[in-house]
Amino acid sequence: MILPTHRTAKQPDRIKLRVLDPGILTTVQDLGRWGYQAFGVSPGGVMDEYAAQLTNLLVGNPVSAALLEITLKGPTLRFEQGGWIALGGAVCGATLDGKPVPNWSAFYGEPGSTLEIGFVREGCRAYLACRGGFDVTPVMGSRSTYLRAKIGGIQGRALQEGDLLQGGLLEDQKGIEDSDALPAGGMLSGGRTAELHTPIGFSGPFTLPPSLVPRYGSPILLRVLPGPQEDLFEPEGLETLFTSRYIISHEADRMGYRLEGPKIKHKGKADIVSDALARGAIQVPGHGMPIVMMADHQTTGGYPKVGTVILADQYLLAQGKPGDEVRFFPVTEEEALTAWRERQYRMALVRAYIRSLLTAI
Amino acid sequence: MSNREFRFLRMGESCIVVEFGTSIDPEVNERVHRLARILWEARSVQNVHVGEGTELAGVQELVPTYRSLAVYFDPLKVQRKTLEERITTLIHELVREIEGAETEKTRKDTCGILPPQDTQGPLRYYNSRAVPSRKKVIIPVCYGGEYGPDLEFVSQYTGLSEEEVVKIHTACTYRVYMLGFLPGFPYLGGMDERIAAPRLETPRTRIPAGSVGIAGSQTGFYPMESPGGWRIIGRTPIKAFDPFSDNPFLLAPGDLVQFRAIGQEEYQKIEESGGRL
Repeated sequence: MILPTHRTAKQPDRIKLRVLDPGILTTVQDLGRWGYQAFGVSPGGVMDEYAAQLTNLLVGNPVSAALLEITLKGPTLRFEQGGWIALGGAVCGATLDGKPVPNWSAFYGEPGSTLEIGFVREGCRAYLACRGGFDVTPVMGSRSTYLRAKIGGIQGRALQEGDLLQGGLLEDQKGIEDSDALPAGGMLSGGRTAELHTPIGFSGPFTLPPSLVPRYGSPILLRVLPGPQEDLFEPEGLETLFTSRYIISHEADRMGYRLEGPKIKHKGKADIVSDALARGAIQVPGHGMPIVMMADHQTTGGYPKVGTVILADQYLLAQGKPGDEVRFFPVTEEEALTAWRERQYRMALVRAYIRSLLTAI
Repeated sequence: MSNREFRFLRMGESCIVVEFGTSIDPEVNERVHRLARILWEARSVQNVHVGEGTELAGVQELVPTYRSLAVYFDPLKVQRKTLEERITTLIHELVREIEGAETEKTRKDTCGILPPQDTQGPLRYYNSRAVPSRKKVIIPVCYGGEYGPDLEFVSQYTGLSEEEVVKIHTACTYRVYMLGFLPGFPYLGGMDERIAAPRLETPRTRIPAGSVGIAGSQTGFYPMESPGGWRIIGRTPIKAFDPFSDNPFLLAPGDLVQFRAIGQEEYQKIEESGGRL
């Protein structure tokens, strides 16, 4: 396949967005700050890796480019310099100068226009990517905002009114796989290592076909690999976990989601000498309620972990919000890996689709 | 050290937890750090000279804790079974090495800690920017007063004078069992039980960076401002976490730490010069 060599538009000036209203919690994120967990640093990064990667692909970015993660209610942004952006993830009512813009699509914002992203209607987190990625200074190999340590993103914090966000140049958006903070190959993904070639003739707008759009909603069905400490629970405790309805509590943030429902019974005491915590791990403290580790999870913890949400399903919980119902199902490792491979195939399909649009220009 | 036992636990598709024990024990922790080291060295060598397709090619991150080593890997690059077999071989080699060294009885114990190994040159350990060590770090601390508001409590609680508490706290060498909770936050082991003191009933909402505290028989210090429930007995002007530095962390898992009492004047001098050792 030959990509078009002509440029439909010259490399535009870097996009500039002024924050008129920051929304509830809007942060700059990429695929995370891997390689420092031994030093107590959470990997962090986007909560819904799948949506974030797809959104980046829509503007021809590498999947690892920095974008905005929007929580529950979006920001209002004014284009001080025009450019291509894409919206994906949770469904939200977004308008550009009052005209609705569809989710899962890329569009051009003219200088002076205003993008208003309202409340999310389906899911919890939306992603806004700009072509070239958001140009913030990487800290320890990542542009992700790590609120707890106050690093990354914009001064280590969420967006504030008056902030100016600037787009980067594609060649500056090194993928995490290029970072010397990580061994060869990005954490957890074919998706992160195989980059989309920069579409030279990018001219959008692209919309993801409905068949490729991830769906979010309640109940959230999560497949779980038991362990590492399932033997510290009563058999009936495991049965409780896999047969009960749980509700996402209000203690649900980028660090973890505490769920409410029937108590999961430990065999003995609920404390262990601290060991490692992975994303997706389901910790159960003495109160018996499961807490699922999310992007900014602590790297170690002192409660037993009954199971771990499989890689392919973690994004579903990231799109859950307080009040949503969650159900857990045990699976084998083979099933988990099959699901993860299916995800890679889907990502490859989206890449192929977008590439085909480019050649058609 | 006759206990050869360890077991593999599963934390999702992409993590093997190598568990050496379930308690806080310097010998167990020593195995964790030694395995982390040889695994990382083996991995680096294979990546550089052999490339992908070898048993350790898919290993991505190692997280040593008190009693286990978490090995994160890419399940699309390497199978769990392959990795477990390789790790088993490495552990057996390691145990033979440790037992061999033990019969020669070269151990010189301070507070139950094995002597630090010398490492020549910068090894690529957990990652390229955080160089491994097994180094001993002397950390200057200004005890009491505004820097250590709970020194008085610890003194009353233990029945020791403030001077004695400081003397005991600075006398021992502590092992960095692991880092966690916050970037660069060390869980130190080896504190003298005589100065153990319970946590605050209501945690403080704001503890300044550098604060040195006691919680039960643990001691440690806060690398950054944070809420926390430890009894604060002093403060160090040394930065334990500097994200913009080439090596962001003062301490690595497995390091040794000793505290040194300093006065306010020296505290300020170190602080003004950038909080570097």
